[in-house]
Amino acid sequence: MSLHTLSVLVENSPGVLARVASLFSRRGFNIESLAVGPTEHEEISRMTIVVNVEGNPLEQVTKQLNKLINVLKIVELDSLSSVQRELLLVKVSADTKNRPEVLEIVSLFRAKVVDVVADAVIIEATGTGEKIAALLSVLEPFGIKELVQSGLVAMARGSKSISK
Amino acid sequence: MINGSESLVRSLEHAGVEVIFGIPGGAILPAYDPLFDSSIRHILVRHEQGAGHAATGYAQATGKVGVCMATSGPGATNLVTPIADAQMDSVPLVAITGQVPSGAIGSDAFQEADIRGITMPITKHNFLVTNPNDISRAIAEAFHIASTGRPGAVLVDISKDALQANAEFNWPTIIDLPGYKPTTKPNSKQVREAAALIAQSQRPVLYVGGGVIKANASRELLAFAELCGAPLVTTLMARGAFPDSHPQNLGMPGMHGTVAAVTALQKADLLITLGARFDDRVTGKLSTFAPNAKIIHADIDPAEIGKNRYTDVPIVGDLRETLTELVPALKAEFAAGNQADLGAWWKQCNSWRSTFPLGYDIPEDGTLSPQYVIERLGKIAGPDAIYAAGVGQHQMWAAQFVSYEKPRTWLNSGGLGTMGYAVPAAMGAKVGRPEAAVWAIDGDGCFQMTNQELATCAINNIPIKVAIINNESLGMVRQWQTLFYNSRYSNTDLHSKRIPDFAKLADAMGCIGLRCEKAEDVDATIAQAMEINDQPVVVDFSVHRDAMVWPMVAAGTSNDEILVARELAPDWDSQDL
Repeated sequence: MSLHTLSVLVENSPGVLARVASLFSRRGFNIESLAVGPTEHEEISRMTIVVNVEGNPLEQVTKQLNKLINVLKIVELDSLSSVQRELLLVKVSADTKNRPEVLEIVSLFRAKVVDVVADAVIIEATGTGEKIAALLSVLEPFGIKELVQSGLVAMARGSKSISK
Repeated sequence: MINGSESLVRSLEHAGVEVIFGIPGGAILPAYDPLFDSSIRHILVRHEQGAGHAATGYAQATGKVGVCMATSGPGATNLVTPIADAQMDSVPLVAITGQVPSGAIGSDAFQEADIRGITMPITKHNFLVTNPNDISRAIAEAFHIASTGRPGAVLVDISKDALQANAEFNWPTIIDLPGYKPTTKPNSKQVREAAALIAQSQRPVLYVGGGVIKANASRELLAFAELCGAPLVTTLMARGAFPDSHPQNLGMPGMHGTVAAVTALQKADLLITLGARFDDRVTGKLSTFAPNAKIIHADIDPAEIGKNRYTDVPIVGDLRETLTELVPALKAEFAAGNQADLGAWWKQCNSWRSTFPLGYDIPEDGTLSPQYVIERLGKIAGPDAIYAAGVGQHQMWAAQFVSYEKPRTWLNSGGLGTMGYAVPAAMGAKVGRPEAAVWAIDGDGCFQMTNQELATCAINNIPIKVAIINNESLGMVRQWQTLFYNSRYSNTDLHSKRIPDFAKLADAMGCIGLRCEKAEDVDATIAQAMEINDQPVVVDFSVHRDAMVWPMVAAGTSNDEILVARELAPDWDSQDL
């Protein structure tokens, strides 16, 4: 498995997400995660796509994406020269007995508790995929009732802007 | 103030549209009212698929953008096949469809189909327009996208309320699409590198694809090819890009290519690839294709480069510019004394050519040989005629046994392989090139898929000629059954020498119907058809059903395993390689 993170600037117009998704599906490219949101320019959206290019060279993925009229720019972000983050919300079983242990893990991982009831907490964490995975593995014994994760978002380090 | 429909028709006039093939219906109906008064000729077809292929044939024959129009729902979905067909063969096509009123979109309204969603993977781009003020810009952009860069199919879906509402007409003078800037100018460093490789190569082959025709670069190709002196092959999509009569032309490569063309590619040390895409029907088993060749790949579409085969020297740009720049670059190499002697290579290529020419057997039972019919048709109609084929055995024979001398005289469905392409495509070609004789060379299977457009031809004074190569079966499928399924002919017998009676069918649709069953009648029948210019003509050539297309590289096997006839591989040992 070879994962690559692509930042894709697209026109903020209807159907763009469908075009990108349809392209990946049609060409047999695998999306590991996808996050879409607005940018500093109202008319431009940004997709962060983590693609698994086993068998299909990354070059074909970017060339085919570039053929979409609504795609403006594609930049590959590697993990060393960019900041890459995922967001996790996880609901963990925690009562008065084991809550201190859970809170200790939360503090070790610099995560946050954003909701508490008698028998559960919701923890919010951001970080790299590895950090999120590590957090989940230590929370697992307490009982994970529900979890939701965002796709990865990423930004190149330094002062330059991708949309320039 | 004008309405959306008037804006649409005015936009089409501004785009230079001469003819639209289409059928009206509920959602597109508003557009048909101003179209009634327009200078644009509308040809009312009998099925939307016919409209799409006619627009494609028109575009292939003229180089202009073909336009088809249909209503929402089934009208639009009937266009899906010709849209996919045009996109696969890089044909500039604009399809305009009506859509249900914007408020009803998504409600499963009567005759609603999400044609924009459906055609996303089979168009270069598509539009759904619900704001009447956007119609003119969408049409301008559609024509720009369809006709520039690598040409392709563009669909514009317009909701009925947008057609009916008041609209501003804003024909843009400049098309600004920030995400669409095709590279046309080749990188001169790459051109020089290509020239250096060509000058050194001992066994070069020019691998010419349909892009040369799309780029209108035949003249430039001739100049470059003659300077370079290498053997040349023309793919199915490139027949006519380079004269068949030219001594450098080894013919068509691929599954049913000539032994000389297929083998020259296999043994080459350099492929100069021009607007071709290493399609599986050309390469055979990809890992064994041209194993010792370096690759120069010139194409307008950067995504084609390296898609199937590693490229040593990529050149992205317009082929006409690329070929024009290659001439002085290669001359400079030659002037510097870098010029390989191609004498030994040509000796080898010529020996393949003379040992394994294209040929066919004359059936012993006196029945008509399909190859003979097609060969005679090519000779009698000549290189100024336009030939449109369906898909199957007759298509391969038409590619093999007609000599093409000029671009845009050979129209066929290469990529998608759409049976039923020939009759409507010939209709479109005849509309675009009324002075040319236009022959549809069709199979009896293909013909029964789209022959309803003969009525359109008869009524609208579009006198095409159709040669039905009637072997009363789905011939290519039958050939595969003969070769790979132990001659078990499951569902390939069409019985079309009995039903229908093609001559009567032609007559019923306002055409002249002729029959030919004997070799001695072939020339006279073709001559008779050539003389009829005020009505479409259909000739039912009743041919031998067991004729097969040779040579053949079986699907999925290596080009090295080419067979010149059943179980007959070339005797390579007698050829010194």
